[in-house]
Amino acid sequence: MFGLQKKDTNLLLIVIALTMLAPFILNPFPTDSGLAQFNAGYPDLMQRFVIFGIFAIGFNILFGLTGYLSFGHAAFLGVGSYSAVWMFKLLSMNILPAIILSVVIAGLFSLLIGWISLRRTGIYFSILTLAFAQMSFALAYSVLTPITNGETGLQITLDDPRILGISQTADGSIPVTNLFGMEMRATTDLALGAWSFTFSMGYYVCAVLMILAFYMSIRIFRSPFGMMLRAIKSNQTRMNYTGLNPKPYTLAAFVISGMYAGLAGGLMASMDPLAGAERMQWTASGEVVLMTILGGAGTLIGPVLGAGMIKYFENIFSKINDNVLHTWFSFMPDGLENLMVGILHPFVGKGWHLTLGIIFMLVVAFLPGGLVEGGQRIGRMFGRKKPTDDTSAKTEPAE
Amino acid sequence: MSITNLTRRGVLRTGAVAGAGLALPTYLSAASHSGFTNAPGDSTVTLGFNVPQSGPYADEGADELRAYELAVEHLNGGGDGGMMGTFSSKVLDGTGILGRKVEYVTGDTQTKSDAARASAKSMIEKDGAIMITGGSSSGVAVAVQGLCQEAGVIFMAGLTHSNDTTGKDKKANGFRHFFNGYMSAAALAPVLEGLYGNDRKAYHLTADYTWGWTQQESIAAATEALGWETVNNVLTPLAATDFSSYIAPVLDSGADVLVLNHYGGNMVNSLTNAVQFGLRNKQVNGKNFEIVVPLFSRLMARGAGENIKGIVGSTNWHWSLQDEGSKAFVKSFGTKYGFPPSQAAHTCYVQTLLYADAVTRAGSFNPCAVVEALEGFEFDGMGNGPTLYRAEDHQCFKDVLVVRGKENPTSEFDLLEVVEVTPAAQVTYSPDNPMFAGGQLGSCNPGA
Amino acid sequence: MDAILLQILNGLDKGSAYALIALGLTLIFGTLGVVNFAHGALFMIGAFCSVTLQRILNLSFETVDPTRTDFLGNPAVIKTPYVIDWFGESTGAAIIDWSVPLAILFAIPIMLVIGYVMERGLIKHFYKRPHADQILVTFGLAIVLQEIIKAFYGANPIQTPAPEALSGVVEVLPGILYPAWRVVYFCFSLVVIGAVFAFLQFTTFGMVVRAGMADRETVGLLGIDIDKRFTLMFGIAAGVAGLAGVMYGPINAPNYHMGMDFLVLSFVVVVVGGMGSLPGAVAAGFLLGILESFASMTWVIDLIPGINQIIIYLVAIIILLVRPRGLLGRKGVME
Repeated sequence: MFGLQKKDTNLLLIVIALTMLAPFILNPFPTDSGLAQFNAGYPDLMQRFVIFGIFAIGFNILFGLTGYLSFGHAAFLGVGSYSAVWMFKLLSMNILPAIILSVVIAGLFSLLIGWISLRRTGIYFSILTLAFAQMSFALAYSVLTPITNGETGLQITLDDPRILGISQTADGSIPVTNLFGMEMRATTDLALGAWSFTFSMGYYVCAVLMILAFYMSIRIFRSPFGMMLRAIKSNQTRMNYTGLNPKPYTLAAFVISGMYAGLAGGLMASMDPLAGAERMQWTASGEVVLMTILGGAGTLIGPVLGAGMIKYFENIFSKINDNVLHTWFSFMPDGLENLMVGILHPFVGKGWHLTLGIIFMLVVAFLPGGLVEGGQRIGRMFGRKKPTDDTSAKTEPAE
Repeated sequence: MSITNLTRRGVLRTGAVAGAGLALPTYLSAASHSGFTNAPGDSTVTLGFNVPQSGPYADEGADELRAYELAVEHLNGGGDGGMMGTFSSKVLDGTGILGRKVEYVTGDTQTKSDAARASAKSMIEKDGAIMITGGSSSGVAVAVQGLCQEAGVIFMAGLTHSNDTTGKDKKANGFRHFFNGYMSAAALAPVLEGLYGNDRKAYHLTADYTWGWTQQESIAAATEALGWETVNNVLTPLAATDFSSYIAPVLDSGADVLVLNHYGGNMVNSLTNAVQFGLRNKQVNGKNFEIVVPLFSRLMARGAGENIKGIVGSTNWHWSLQDEGSKAFVKSFGTKYGFPPSQAAHTCYVQTLLYADAVTRAGSFNPCAVVEALEGFEFDGMGNGPTLYRAEDHQCFKDVLVVRGKENPTSEFDLLEVVEVTPAAQVTYSPDNPMFAGGQLGSCNPGA
Repeated sequence: MDAILLQILNGLDKGSAYALIALGLTLIFGTLGVVNFAHGALFMIGAFCSVTLQRILNLSFETVDPTRTDFLGNPAVIKTPYVIDWFGESTGAAIIDWSVPLAILFAIPIMLVIGYVMERGLIKHFYKRPHADQILVTFGLAIVLQEIIKAFYGANPIQTPAPEALSGVVEVLPGILYPAWRVVYFCFSLVVIGAVFAFLQFTTFGMVVRAGMADRETVGLLGIDIDKRFTLMFGIAAGVAGLAGVMYGPINAPNYHMGMDFLVLSFVVVVVGGMGSLPGAVAAGFLLGILESFASMTWVIDLIPGINQIIIYLVAIIILLVRPRGLLGRKGVME
C-alpha cells in the first residue's frame, strides 16, 4: 500500500493510528485524579509533540542516513517561524501561505548554509553549521531587531497591514490563525465518565502534516536516493572511486532536512503566532540532536519518540511542585509523606533538568540504539518475531 | 472528521464532569454557562504561577514562587494575613476569592519566550488557570501577555522593567505593578544631580536587546535634561560574560560616569569588571569617577558582593521600608522563610492580592469585569504608598526608591540603603509619551 | 595606541581561559577520542571548588548579640568564622582573604579524583561507541553536574574575590594600568600550559602518551598498558579545566551555568585550532580571544554593527574554509 513494503505500511498505519487517537492515548488518567498531572493530552503539548516530531524526522534524514551531524538546524526552524509570522502580518491569517513560505525560505537558507558547510566533513562540518546558527541567533537577538523584534519575539499586533484580511476583528482583538476559516485554536471537549478529552483543530492539522512528513521520510529511506545517502555514511572514499560525486546527494539531504525544519517552524508559528530568537540558539539545535539520538538515530520512528520524550519532560515534569507531591502522598503518615516528598523533590519541578540528564545517561548506557531499541527488546521479550529487514531501517548511528 | 463541525472559539475546559456514569459522549456546547475562558467551579479557583525555575534567574523565580505561596496562604485565611491587613481595600476576608478556595499550578519559563508560552498554555489548557502571573524578564512578560490576551485570561506581570510591557506591547488583559525604565530614569535624575552635579560626562554600556535599549534611552534623556553629556553608548552582547573589552575603552574616553544598563548576570559581571579596572578609585576631570546601575535588585546585588558599595540605582521596593504594609509583608515572609523578601517577591505578592481584590470587587472572574475593576483603581498600604493602576496603559504609578549599595552592611541581606523615595507624581508620564507610543491596549478578551 | 594595547591585554586574558579549556578538551579528544560535552562542567566545578573552600573557611559559630536586632526585630546572631577563632583575627582573616589561591591546592586533588572517576566509571564504556552516543552521555552528565551544583549553591552568581593584595590595578607598561588579578590569570595559564607541554614532551610518560595518541594499537602491541596512562591524562585534563575555573572566579563570579557558556566556545576554539593538535588549541584560544576584544572596540562596532556578537563564529567559518583542518590540525582526526 502507498508504494511501501508491508512492514513499512504497518509502521505507517501504526503511526497514523497513534497520532489520530493521541487525545485519548495521552489522557489516560481521569481529570480529577492525582495522576492527571501526567496527562499530556492538551492541545499545546500535543502540537509540540508532532511539530518537534517533524523537526526530528527531518534531522534524521540528514544525520541518520548520511552521518553528517549538523549543530545548526534550529536556525532553519527559526527562519521558518519568522517567515510564517511575517506572512500573517502582511498577507493573511491563513496558515497555508505562511507554511509554504516558511518551507521555501528555510530551504533556500539551508541551501546556502549547506553549500558552504558541506565543503568540510566530520566535526569541521558540525562546527561550521554551529557557527552559522549562532550567528543567526546573535543577529536576530540584536542587530536584526527590526525584522525579528529581538528579545521579545515577533508577534502579530493590532495594526498589521494585512492585505487579505482584516487588521483587527470587530471586537478589537487580533484575528486568529486559520486554515480556510477553520481556526487553529478551536477545540472540542469530549467528556466520558471521569475522563475528559480535548480535540484541537490545530493538532489535527499538525498531525496530518506529520504523517505526510513521516511517509515522505519512509519513501526517502527506501529509495535509491536513500541508499546513496547511506553509502556516503559508510564509505565516502569508496563512493568517490566508483565515480559518484557525493556532494549533490548530501546537499539534497541537507536541504530536505532544512525544509522539514522550516515546516516545523512554520507550524509552530501557525499554532501560536510568535517567533522568538531563542528558537535558533545552539541549545535548540542541540535539543534536536539529543531527540534523534535518544530515540534512535537512523531509525524511522526513533526521532519522533525522542522528541516526545524530551517535550514531555519539559512540560509535564517541570510543573510538579511540592504542593502536588504532598497531595500525592497525603494518604501516608506525616513523617513518611515528608520523606517521600523530600526524596522526589530534587527530580521534579525546578529539578526537571536533572531527571532529563539522568534519563539521557541511562538510555545511552543501557539502550545503545535509543528508545527504539528499548521497544525492540520489549517486543522480543513477548516473543514476537524480530522484524526481518530491521537492519535496513536501523543503521549504525553515525559519528 | 465530525469534530470540525463542533469547533468554537477559544479553549474550554470542562470543570464539571462528575456524576452521570456516561457511556455516551457529551459534547459541551458553545453556549456554556460561563461566557469566559476557564470559568472556575463553585469550590476552587486555579491561578497559574509561571516563574523561571531554571536558567540564570532561577533564584529570583524561587523567591517569586515563595511570595505566591504566601499570597495564596493569606487569601485562603492562613498565616497572619500579611498585607491584607494594611491594604486600603478591605473586601478580601480570607475565604479565598469569591468564596472559592485558591489553588495554584506552577511552571518553568526558563526565561525563554517559547518555553514561557508553552508553560502558560499548559496552565490555561490543561489546568484551567484563570489568571497567569510571574516572570523575571521583559521578553517573557511581553510574550506571555500576548498569549493571555489571545486566550482570554488575565496576566499580572511579575518582574518586567522594559517600557514596552505597558508601552508599545501593552494589552488589555495585562497589568504591571512593577516600575519601568522611564520611571527609573525620572527618579534617578534628581538624585544623580544632587550627588554628582550637573556637569558630567556619561558613558553607557547597554545590554543589546529591547529592555536594555529602552532603559538606556530613558536614562540618557533624563540625564541629558540635567545637562549631562552622553559620551558614548556601547551595546554589549547578551551572551557576554567578560566585559573587559567594553570597560577598557571607558578609561580614556573622558567620561566620568559609567551607566550600566545591564541586569542579572550581565550586571554582576560588568560591575565586577568595572571595579577590577579601578574605575571606582579613578579621578576624571577633577571629579571622582562614578558608576550607576539604574535597575538594582538585592538578589543580584548579593551576586556582585563588595563591588556594589556606594553605587546608586533604583528599585521597586526594599524590605527595609518602614511603612505598615512593608513591615507586615516582611514579617510574614520572614517568619515563614527565614529571610527578607526581594523586590520580585514583593511585586508578585501584591499582584496576586490586587487580582483577588479586583475579582471580589467586580463580583466576577470574568476577565472583562476584572479589567474594569483594576482600571483606574487607587489603593494604598501595599508598601509603595498611594498607587494608581492607570486605565490608559495598565501601569501602576507609585513611589520609586533610589538606593545605594551600603558601605557597612550589618547582615547578608542589608546590602542597599534607601537614598530617596521619589514621589509618584515625579515619575508619572503621559500615556502618549513617545517612549511608550506605538501600541494599543485593544479590548479585553474574555475568551470563550 | 593605549586602547589597542589594552585590548590586546584583554584578548590575552580571555584567550587564556579559552586556551586552558581547549587544551583539556584536546587532550581528551586526542588521547581518548571522546567528544566530552561535560568539559565545561568540569571548568564550572573547578570554580565551585573555590566557592566551597570559601564556604568552609567561613564556617562560623553563632553568638547572640542582644544589643542588635535582625530584620524581624529578633536579637541578632553574630557569626564568627572558626578560622578566625583558631588562628586569631589577623591570620584568620588573611587565610580567608587568600581563599582563591588556596583553592588551587584544594581543587587539584578533587579534580583529579573527579576526572578519574568519570573516566573509569563512565567514559571508559564509551570508547568503542559512536560519537553521537558520547555526546548524549556526556551532555547528560553535564546537566546532572550542573543541577547538583545549582541545588547546593543556587542559580545566582557567587563572588570569590581575589586576595586584597592582588585585587587592585598594576602598571603593566608605562601608563597602562591593568587589573592585577587578570595579569595573574594570564601568567598562571602560561605556567599551566607550559607544564602540560613539558610533561608531554620531556617525560617518558608523556612520550608514551604521545605515541599512544599517534598510534594506539602499536603502543599496545609493545606491551604498554596505554589505558592506564590515558586515564591519568583524563584526570590531568579535568585538572587543567578545574584550575582554569578556580582562577577565573575573581574575574567573573562563578554561577552554575558558566560551563555551558564556555562549552560551545571552547569547541569552536578546539576545532579552529585543528583536531588533535595541542599547540593549535592554545594558539586558537589566544587568537580568538584577541579578535573578540578588537571586535568590541567602539569604532569597529560603528563600522560593522553587530560584529562583536558574531566575530568568533565568523572567524571560525573563514578559517575552516581556508584551512580545511583548522590551524594546525592533523589529517584523519574526527573527519
